[in-house]
Amino acid sequence: MQQEVVLALLAKEPSHGYELRARLRQALGPLGDAMNDGQVYVTLTRLEKAGLVASEQASGVADRPDRSRPDRKVYELTAAGQQRVAGWLTEVSWPRPDLAEFHLKLIAAAAARLADPLAIVDAQRRELLRRLRDAQRAAMAEPDRSAAGLLLEGIVLRLQADLRWLEACERTWTKRKDKS
Amino acid sequence: MNEPGSTAMVQARGLRKEYGKAAGLVRAVDGVDLDVAPGETLAVMGPSGCGKSTLLHLLGGLDRPSAGELHLAGQRIDQMSERGLARLRREAIGFVFQAFHLMDELTAVENVELPALLAGRSPRVARRRATGLLERVGLADRAKFLPSALSGGQRQRVAIARALTNDPLVVLADEPTGNLDSEATLDVLRLFDSLHTAGQTLVIVTHDSRIAATADRLISMRDGAFIDETRLTGGSTGHLGALAGLEG
Repeated sequence: MQQEVVLALLAKEPSHGYELRARLRQALGPLGDAMNDGQVYVTLTRLEKAGLVASEQASGVADRPDRSRPDRKVYELTAAGQQRVAGWLTEVSWPRPDLAEFHLKLIAAAAARLADPLAIVDAQRRELLRRLRDAQRAAMAEPDRSAAGLLLEGIVLRLQADLRWLEACERTWTKRKDKS
Repeated sequence: MNEPGSTAMVQARGLRKEYGKAAGLVRAVDGVDLDVAPGETLAVMGPSGCGKSTLLHLLGGLDRPSAGELHLAGQRIDQMSERGLARLRREAIGFVFQAFHLMDELTAVENVELPALLAGRSPRVARRRATGLLERVGLADRAKFLPSALSGGQRQRVAIARALTNDPLVVLADEPTGNLDSEATLDVLRLFDSLHTAGQTLVIVTHDSRIAATADRLISMRDGAFIDETRLTGGSTGHLGALAGLEG
């Protein structure tokens, strides 16, 4: 589990680990099933050690013997954690084809009102278009049916697919924005 | 943004096109300002129905704006007479369409020379010009073929040659790769690139991101208006290796 995803989900409000897990489940649907339940807690523990989140025991659980377990704690972002989230939201990452990370970035940005999801989509699109331009230029310079041309075509097609998905992201987030 | 009378090849100010009336009023193009520099390749992208084709029709004098001003090479054209506009379309603007719009009963070279004949050139001059253009688009050996004997990509290259017949000030293309496969698209992109190198001003409306990515400038259009502009030239990223999974 990417640390920044967990951090960004905390940006909306301090939360229990199980709440974060529920939010991830909601955002990822059936794709979230592959997630190990323990992953969120392992990540939270690491983030706490790194000083990016702070935790507090939840109240009203004093009668439980397991009160020190991580799933009873309420986590919140530290100032350093806030900073890390803000940096992550504006960073454009590709070719790592991590669609889920980008998807969660939009959801976290909107939930915490930290950034406009449409601005994140725009930044990503510009970056992909620049790369498509490079790949397309390289493909145009290749003779017909060259081996390198075939690889470049694969890159072009993949970038085009990602750009189409960004169009879908834009449509959906524009509608959500209009509603709110 | 430049003022009217400046060096822009195509210039629009407050350009608008409305259809219907009252409650049924649709603003297909809703107050667009645009400057296309001489020699620039501009791509306009947007979903179906965003107004990009209507915009292209306005720029090419195929349709008249409801409001706004339009200049081509410094000349105001939105109030031009029908006759003047027809002449302008014939001689100063090259059109390329998704469906090619070639004359089925004419050979490739006859299609390409037609605009020159209509503009009053002699048959000999027109034929020479058309032959040279077919060579330029790599189809010299297909001059005597009917469009039905050509592939989609070849037909579009004939259509591009035809658009160039009268040395237009600007070439306007509407989804020029919409009916083409990947290989034919690459040929058309190469051709546009050679036009760009030769200094031709090009405006292309498309939803093919490959064309958009090879333009100098990309404008995104939604609901009849420009919402975003990206300049794509310069600053090569050099990430091709990473894109192929060879590094990082």
